[in-house]
Amino acid sequence: MNILICVKRVPLTGGKITLTDDEQAIQTRHLGFTVSPHEECAAEEAIRLIEAHGGESVVLTLGPAEAEEQLRDMMAIGVDRAIHLVTDGGEWDPQATAAAIVDAIRADGMAFDLILFGNESADAGNYQVAVRVAYALGLPVVNGIKGITADGGNLRCEREVAGGRDIYAVPAPAVVSVLEGINLPRYPSVPGRMRAKRKPLAASEPPRAQPRLEMVRLLLPEGSSKQAEVLGHGPDAAPRVVEILTEIGVI
Amino acid sequence: MSTTLVFMESGVDELSQQAVTFAGQLGGDLATVTFDAAEAYAPAAWAQTLVEVAQQRGAGAVVAPGTDRGNEVLAHVAAKLDQPMSANCMSVTPGDPATVIRMRWGGSLLEEARVHGAPVLLSVAPHAVAATAASDVETVAVSASATAADQVVRVTETVPASSAGVSLADADVVVSGGRGVGSAEGFSVIEELAALLGAAVGCSRAVTSAGWRPHSDQVGQTGTKISPEIYIACGISGATQHMAGCKGAKRLLAINPDGEASIFASADYAVIGDLHEVVPAISAEIRKVRGT
Repeated sequence: MNILICVKRVPLTGGKITLTDDEQAIQTRHLGFTVSPHEECAAEEAIRLIEAHGGESVVLTLGPAEAEEQLRDMMAIGVDRAIHLVTDGGEWDPQATAAAIVDAIRADGMAFDLILFGNESADAGNYQVAVRVAYALGLPVVNGIKGITADGGNLRCEREVAGGRDIYAVPAPAVVSVLEGINLPRYPSVPGRMRAKRKPLAASEPPRAQPRLEMVRLLLPEGSSKQAEVLGHGPDAAPRVVEILTEIGVI
Repeated sequence: MSTTLVFMESGVDELSQQAVTFAGQLGGDLATVTFDAAEAYAPAAWAQTLVEVAQQRGAGAVVAPGTDRGNEVLAHVAAKLDQPMSANCMSVTPGDPATVIRMRWGGSLLEEARVHGAPVLLSVAPHAVAATAASDVETVAVSASATAADQVVRVTETVPASSAGVSLADADVVVSGGRGVGSAEGFSVIEELAALLGAAVGCSRAVTSAGWRPHSDQVGQTGTKISPEIYIACGISGATQHMAGCKGAKRLLAINPDGEASIFASADYAVIGDLHEVVPAISAEIRKVRGT
């Protein structure tokens, strides 16, 4: 089976987010970058499915030139080749993003049996690009998946709900968005990183449509005005902790 | 004034009611759309029915709770109508275009955005508004579209969860460990305290990525969102990824050797020290108080 995985480069935000002066982006001067967590699991899932059933995996991203780092990371854990839709780094809204991905899939020409997304990106969290791509391609789509089993022409997909797991039987080809926890992604090996440098990467610059979900500015939520009460240092704090737990009524 | 439709998710009454209260910000008439709870969930079919009701009434907006199903059904509506959708909104100002404040990064960052579409499609961030009793709301009960194409993806079976211990999402007390625990075995002190308190055990993403605990224990933006009476976070630095999962906790007790750790900025109570010394001391003190 041939599988496409769509990923997004996002900053590793650490403990505190700071904005650029124009409020259009997170200040990333001192930050590293990664693939959005759900999508890292999507790539791992694709690699496992292909290890079991054969086929080819392709990773796609829409992002700045630097996002090649994330494409190489995904190829280092086993993805075969990459498609890079290069942007100037500005915000693309979900409709423009989906349209560019659909164009790239058509231009690539490979018949994908499965197109994987993360359920939502870590940064924008728009919850819709996978669904829009599926509609444009006329494919079925299921979201929030934590288990995929290929069973002939069907994909058995599992989704956690209150009290259990919902099962969907989805005919391939299909679009599936997954959640972190579907697997534990592997780390790239040194030979994997070496091989990734030589794997094919096709780059192009798609035209950007006018945003219809138009970001005006970013803003930080009101900071907590909390001043933590220091209960003590080291094990000597234990009696005070137990007093507090008793006051709250949990002991 | 045009009508705003609100998708009511069965079994998620409070968040659906919050969506109704939120929709009141748009002005105009409100109508809630409720699906027959006995029907199997089929997102495309539910979306198709919402589209039809919206078109019949010339709805100016469709609002859904920002739940898994709420966001999913609304994304299908958006794709069917080729209209923009803004997920997890905190507030909306009607206009042409409508302006929203919406959550990014699981709520660690907000965004002001303009929604250039009609109908305006918005999902509501959980607990962005408190639900208030609404009057003059029309209720519309519907069955989902039975069209074969819309029923391709539907729930065919639900497998019950094997009940094991205290559920993280519903626990009154959660004791979590982070990178500072150091190993899978290191969690024995966390488990001991959790057992004494009848608490659920949680952890940070660093812990699940290291394979020390299963992902089902992860508290965070990509894990479980918790809302206990008290959250005891041990050896957790307080990355935004983690805080997005525990901001619903009523009280936070942080135990960390680094007095400058960012988690202390969100904590109600702080113990500065090594969890491997502090947590067993708390367990011992509980036993002493209980005389066991």
